[in-house]
Amino acid sequence: MSAVTSNAGSGSGAQPSAAGRAYPTRDELLATGARPRRLGPLFVAEHQLRTMSKFGVTMIATATGTPLIYLFAFGVGLATLITGNVGPGGANGPVSYIEFVAPALLVTAGTLVATEEFTFGILLGLKWNPVFVGMNAAPISGPQIVTGHFLFAAVRMTITVTIYYLVILLFGAMPSPAGVLLIPIGLLAGFSWTLVAAYAATITEDKGQFAVLQRVVILPLTLFSGTVFPLTQLPVYLQPIGWLSPLWHASELGRQVAYGPTEPLWLTLVHLAYLLALAAVGWMLCQRIVKRRLDK
Amino acid sequence: MSHALSRVNDVSEPVIHAAGLTKVYGDTVAVGGIDFDVPPGESFGLLGPNGAGKSTTMRMVGAVSTRTAGELSILGLDPDQHGPEIRAQLGVVPQQDNLDMELQARENLLVYGRYFGLPRRVIAQRADELLAFAQLEDKAKSKVDDLSGGMKRRLTIARALINDPRILLLDEPTTGLDPQARHILWDRLFRLKEQGTTLVLTTHYMDEAEQLCDRLVVVDKGRIMAEGSPSALIREHSTREVLEVRFGSDRNADAAKRIGAIAGLGERIEELPDRVLVYADNGEHALAAVIESGLEPVTSLVRRSSLEDVFLRLTGRSLIE
Repeated sequence: MSAVTSNAGSGSGAQPSAAGRAYPTRDELLATGARPRRLGPLFVAEHQLRTMSKFGVTMIATATGTPLIYLFAFGVGLATLITGNVGPGGANGPVSYIEFVAPALLVTAGTLVATEEFTFGILLGLKWNPVFVGMNAAPISGPQIVTGHFLFAAVRMTITVTIYYLVILLFGAMPSPAGVLLIPIGLLAGFSWTLVAAYAATITEDKGQFAVLQRVVILPLTLFSGTVFPLTQLPVYLQPIGWLSPLWHASELGRQVAYGPTEPLWLTLVHLAYLLALAAVGWMLCQRIVKRRLDK
Repeated sequence: MSHALSRVNDVSEPVIHAAGLTKVYGDTVAVGGIDFDVPPGESFGLLGPNGAGKSTTMRMVGAVSTRTAGELSILGLDPDQHGPEIRAQLGVVPQQDNLDMELQARENLLVYGRYFGLPRRVIAQRADELLAFAQLEDKAKSKVDDLSGGMKRRLTIARALINDPRILLLDEPTTGLDPQARHILWDRLFRLKEQGTTLVLTTHYMDEAEQLCDRLVVVDKGRIMAEGSPSALIREHSTREVLEVRFGSDRNADAAKRIGAIAGLGERIEELPDRVLVYADNGEHALAAVIESGLEPVTSLVRRSSLEDVFLRLTGRSLIE
């Protein structure tokens, strides 16, 4: 067993010994909270990444297979049926259908990873296998757990959208080098759903709410948010759905870096601000809800 | 008094101090103003039935549940201000295991140690020591999902020790375990106690309280009913021995009346649905008197008084209902 050191909590061996064990002074006690207070979210993300690594092969396979299938189906298959060009140049303009659809597919992929972590991931940690409760019994606070979980989700999203981006390059569907910015835009698209995480954190009884959310909200939005066809193709009275949908804003933002600009700068800034605002509000709300839920 | 100079192992200074500690949820008073102090190195128990407010008290002491009212300090710190600092000094074994089921046993210790900001090297060394302490060396690489209930409990205790805590909080540590698993666990806890770790545990098992606690409070409906060492509580609130006699379910009430009429027999008689308890300093004498009076018990048993009897005396109810 190692010798007792002055640093409370990290010094002596694992089995406490009564003999000569000095209790810490108040200053020493206060010092032990410093690292968890500063780095708590990183420790949470570290834990989650270790758990994720158990499913690493499945995750990479899904992250690679999905873009291959979607780009082939939409960009190669469906594109042969699409005669009217939908890009900024109109019919036979400079932007092909696959180039039009690729940024939207990428931000959709980011969204799907995010909403999975923001629903099942949150309720797993709070209820099904309540590791968040365990973290909170250690020095980690509720808000830190949320931030750590989001950090972990960011890593997962980065892997997914980076692979997506590389596959788009493979299909030759990325006109501009600025398209690499689709990676952070894909992350932003995912984080614009943090309100879903806040909602998930309020759920105490699982009655299939997530399945409803996936099928009634997220899946329709992936189709009707100016993703696979321009929003202007929808009847005027349905277009506000797109204006509210984070996916429309993220897809349009993605198109600006992939082959833009196709819209005035102010609108691009609106996309960015809207997505950032949604992410920030959901993040703050989720922190508050989780904090209150753990403090019972 | 200068805090910087004071050390909490001063004889005068308890590691846990609670006064008027209260927790209210909406209209429900879970903990209704309780007072207790725990000196360093003591093994302190909260004994009471389910719903008595034990777990709520433990969560407040564990600095995760904010108190509604009253005073609470852990190692001289207020949990409202210094939650993370207090939790850095605690080991917590919750009522329900919250190990990460997807990870291996050893990995659970590794990730948990990080929450205290400990260096990986220190955690790795402690993890191996603690797996040995919890008799789980050969399960280090087993997924938690595949461990038995008793092993999970031991792993949770090992996890709670990863930060070398000053105080170990155990909420119903052996509930749901078979007798053999309970004894292994008690043995491990007893070792910690011998090594000077302050233990605070809740239980509704009187044998557990008697085995592990130097001192305990009997809690019911959010209030402390009595306080003392197990033997002192028994001395104070019960007789030395208890005679248990059974007459068959439909005849117990009648028999209890007739026993009550026997002059000079025992201090007190309790009629339970399945048996009659006669509290007497000499159980054998009481049994002889019962038989002499013409009653014919189906079975009889003379035993020493236990905390169960103390609880029955104080609340009129059994611990396990």
